[in-house]
Amino acid sequence: MADSIRLEVTRYRPDSDSEPQLQEYDVPLRQELTVLDGLNHVKNEVDSTLSFRWSCRMGICGSCGMNVDGEPRLTCATFLSDYAPGPVRVEPLANFPVVRDLVVDLYDFMEKLPRVKPWIIRDDDLSVDDGEYLQTPEELDAYKQFSMCINCMLCYAACPVYGLDPDFVGPAAIALAERYDLDSRDRGARERLDVLIEHEGVWGCTFVGECTRVCPKHVDPAGAIQRYKVKAAKESVKAFLLPRGAR
Amino acid sequence: MTEVRVYRRPIPTWWWVRKRTYFVFVMRELSSLFVGWLVVYLLMFLWAVGRGEDAYADFLDGADSPWVVALNVVALLFLALHVVTWFNLTPQAMDVRMGSRRVPAAAVIASQYAALVVVSAFVFWLVTR
Amino acid sequence: MTRRRIEPLVWLMFSGGGVVAAVLLPVLAVLFALALPLGWVSRPDHGHLVAVLGNPLTQLVLTGVFVLLLVHSAHRFRYTLYDGLQVKLKRTTAALCYGAAALGAVAAVVIVWSIG
Repeated sequence: MADSIRLEVTRYRPDSDSEPQLQEYDVPLRQELTVLDGLNHVKNEVDSTLSFRWSCRMGICGSCGMNVDGEPRLTCATFLSDYAPGPVRVEPLANFPVVRDLVVDLYDFMEKLPRVKPWIIRDDDLSVDDGEYLQTPEELDAYKQFSMCINCMLCYAACPVYGLDPDFVGPAAIALAERYDLDSRDRGARERLDVLIEHEGVWGCTFVGECTRVCPKHVDPAGAIQRYKVKAAKESVKAFLLPRGAR
Repeated sequence: MTEVRVYRRPIPTWWWVRKRTYFVFVMRELSSLFVGWLVVYLLMFLWAVGRGEDAYADFLDGADSPWVVALNVVALLFLALHVVTWFNLTPQAMDVRMGSRRVPAAAVIASQYAALVVVSAFVFWLVTR
Repeated sequence: MTRRRIEPLVWLMFSGGGVVAAVLLPVLAVLFALALPLGWVSRPDHGHLVAVLGNPLTQLVLTGVFVLLLVHSAHRFRYTLYDGLQVKLKRTTAALCYGAAALGAVAAVVIVWSIG
């Protein structure tokens, strides 16, 4: 294995650049080094003006998502040695506006997430003194997979529908809605359905499946969305067939 | 928030040729065009059957021409892509259960192919007996 | 109460059409588009076909089959135009696609029920 590898990194300075450019840096190549390590080497030793997000460096915070050779990846979980001899293209996470260098504007997701009400909804006002909610292992398994989402946005970067139609609510938001719908403690399915039954809710999804493929936590948002469509269809059939009182 | 001039990257028209999974996806979606064609073709066939024995024979003779056969072969290839992708995606799209146990994906896929075989055998028998 | 939306029902028909296209359309296509024209299978007697196709049960099934297939095809193609080819006229493509499906459905009903 060679001693170093070349990174082609997007640079964009909003005050002076009209569009992003690629800049090349050579970084050390070792068995255990990740793309994030390479970027930190650049910032610490070569060019301190490079901007990028990262935090835990172990795949749980969801901050370091970028497009590596065209694929949405967590840079802390992407090994440089897998791209040897290089070069490796490191670009900002796709489908989001670029703020500076590798930093993207995630405001759109921040606005969409609360719309699906990703919290336990109940109408009884229980307090801590009433004790814990009890949940069996089976009830936990029903939603556990969807609770693994770390909001890294790789699924939005992979989704061509979101890229082409930014109104689309998107994979992670719908997967998180499903996480709460499936939680035995929750009573808010109807409220979330009213949001997601809109055209830019689940119906924008054409089941490309790329979101599930890139998810580092194996959440399967594509599956969640299709199941949500089935749920919405069932409710619509009921609404058409049953009289108001029975609904 | 201070105003920053964000850069919005445009999506190229040929975005879907860049990645194999995107390409297969668009091909799968284009199968809809050939499903539509096959419906039209079958309706034309039924129309010929309804018009009488000669029309029926003439239609099948016409369908023997190289262009029509080529078109229908392509249509069937796209239809095959639809069949394979549809069956493979069903387990992901639906939580199939027998009682409380989750039916494994392989069983869901296999049972759909079984249904395809049974339906095909039935129709073949119905038409050719 | 859930508001009434048409999308879920269109999607249900799209899904039904997808199942029909996967399970029933292959044999119909292979038989009538390849096997019979190319002589792989001897041509059924015209009278026999009329008897099968003229049966009201067959006609009912075929009507349902064609309607579902047409909705499936229109629905999928409409999204292909929007995503694949980035044809941004949402309302126009929807009207054209579902409109064509509706015309096809009318034609299917007329043709299917005119036999026998």
